[in-house]
Amino acid sequence: MKILVCISHVPDTTSKINFSEGDTKFDTNGVQFIINPNDEYGLTRAMWFKEKQGATVDVVNVGGPETEPTLRKALALGADGAIRVNTPALDGFAVAEQLAKVVKDGAYDLVIAGRESIDYNGGMVPGMLAGLTNANFINTCISLDIDGTNVKAVREIDGGKETVNTTLPLVIGAQKGLVEESDLRIPNMRGIMMARKKPLTIVEPIEASTETVSVKFEKPTPKGAVTLVSPDNLDELVNLLHTEAKVI
Amino acid sequence: MSVLVYTESEQGKFKKVAFEVASYARAIADQLGTSVTAVSINAEDPSLLGTYGVTKVLNIKDSKLDTFNAKSYAHVINQAAAEEGSKVVVVSSSADSKYLAPLLAIELKAGYASNVVALPTNLSPFTVKRTAFTNKAFNETSISTSTKLVGLSNNSFGIKEHITEAEVTHYSPSIPDNGVHVESVDKVTDKVTIADADIVVSGGRGLKGPENWGMIEELADVLGAATACSKPVSDLGWRPHGEHVGQTGKPVAANLYIAIGISGAIQHLAGINASKVKLVINTDPEAPFFKAADYGVIGDAFEVVPALIEKLKAFKAQNA
Repeated sequence: MKILVCISHVPDTTSKINFSEGDTKFDTNGVQFIINPNDEYGLTRAMWFKEKQGATVDVVNVGGPETEPTLRKALALGADGAIRVNTPALDGFAVAEQLAKVVKDGAYDLVIAGRESIDYNGGMVPGMLAGLTNANFINTCISLDIDGTNVKAVREIDGGKETVNTTLPLVIGAQKGLVEESDLRIPNMRGIMMARKKPLTIVEPIEASTETVSVKFEKPTPKGAVTLVSPDNLDELVNLLHTEAKVI
Repeated sequence: MSVLVYTESEQGKFKKVAFEVASYARAIADQLGTSVTAVSINAEDPSLLGTYGVTKVLNIKDSKLDTFNAKSYAHVINQAAAEEGSKVVVVSSSADSKYLAPLLAIELKAGYASNVVALPTNLSPFTVKRTAFTNKAFNETSISTSTKLVGLSNNSFGIKEHITEAEVTHYSPSIPDNGVHVESVDKVTDKVTIADADIVVSGGRGLKGPENWGMIEELADVLGAATACSKPVSDLGWRPHGEHVGQTGKPVAANLYIAIGISGAIQHLAGINASKVKLVINTDPEAPFFKAADYGVIGDAFEVVPALIEKLKAFKAQNA
């Protein structure tokens, strides 16, 4: 089985979010970048398929040279090879088109991508990629088992979960729950040394069109201070909830 | 040219989000000077959508669509859009809608903006405001394709009545064979789900034990609210896991979130920060939740909550 894991290069979850160039660009100044957490759950599950079922695992990113340390980290975690499509990630559709070409050229059976990136939160690449490559698609996947080309998976739904079956080729949207938190790994020295020797192939982009344009960003207005009400004056609280907050 | 909206239902009943996306579609249609067509799949009473400004319902009844399937549903909505010549298609942010939307975008050849929180700020180019960086920022995005797909963030626009007579037409689109089959569904059957509730009453470790949840449930009853809890409470087994809200539990986007005996760890706050108004009741004035809340009562929950229940009952009796 050939697995491709799509890796987004995103700011660390604790990063301060600021914007530059007239609020049109994310300000990367002083920001640490990581593998998108939803992708990391997927990569960890892919490593299980590699170790238990002999799958080969490649990772891919659509982006500039600045994303290479993130791909090297994925190699250090055990991926066999990495591909970088040398073009900025302008929108979800353009990224899905670039990835579709990689999937077709590499004849991958299973593509794993995070349900959404924690920066843009678009949640569109896995589904669009499935649509473009005519593969089956399971989103918000929290369990995945494969036997030959038969797939059994669990999808998280509002208020519960759903067990489904399907066949390869398949794209999944990965998220928390796909593996145990304790299964997540930190690259060790041997992994980091080996990652240096593994192939990181740079592929030139195909001509792809964007469908959306990010115009600008803004930060939410800071929240005002809490209004404290004395426990002896709960009439006032009910009144505030009714007349000021208008929620009861 | 009407605005097309997918109005979700479950076991024949419209979900709350169906009325919200219908209200939103109506408001866009008013901006564009057009009408609203809804796609309804196996709902019992599609004419209900007229209350929210839907002028026409493409009413689909087909047992092949009894179980949600993203690919089939996307294919059906795509055909409806072609039938109506719709250039704007609206879906919600439910798990099902987020599943089908990217597939639908490919079929429609439409640019897709997800997590949208307001009406378009501009129609040409079609520009919407959406959340990004996990609610830490907003992003204005314009869609450049001729057909636009908008995913509305839940509880961001609200349900708005706009009484119209909805013309309900029987519609039978072609339904493709699809590759993903549902074997079983495992779902909690709360009266009010946390996803659907306007008000959520949530308890933390400050309540000292599961035997003290009576007042939480009573407060929720008075307010017609769902009950929830913090992570330690569910880890301790005081309350079922399905009630756990926060970063690793369920997200909450209620109108009012009431936190009782919850200190407000950063992971808890991340999960509930989409709620519009937050009220915290806690004995510890240093609890971090007071920095995130709109209203606060520093006091003992065992005294404040029963007193608040009485005040709310009196209020409800007066305003009934």
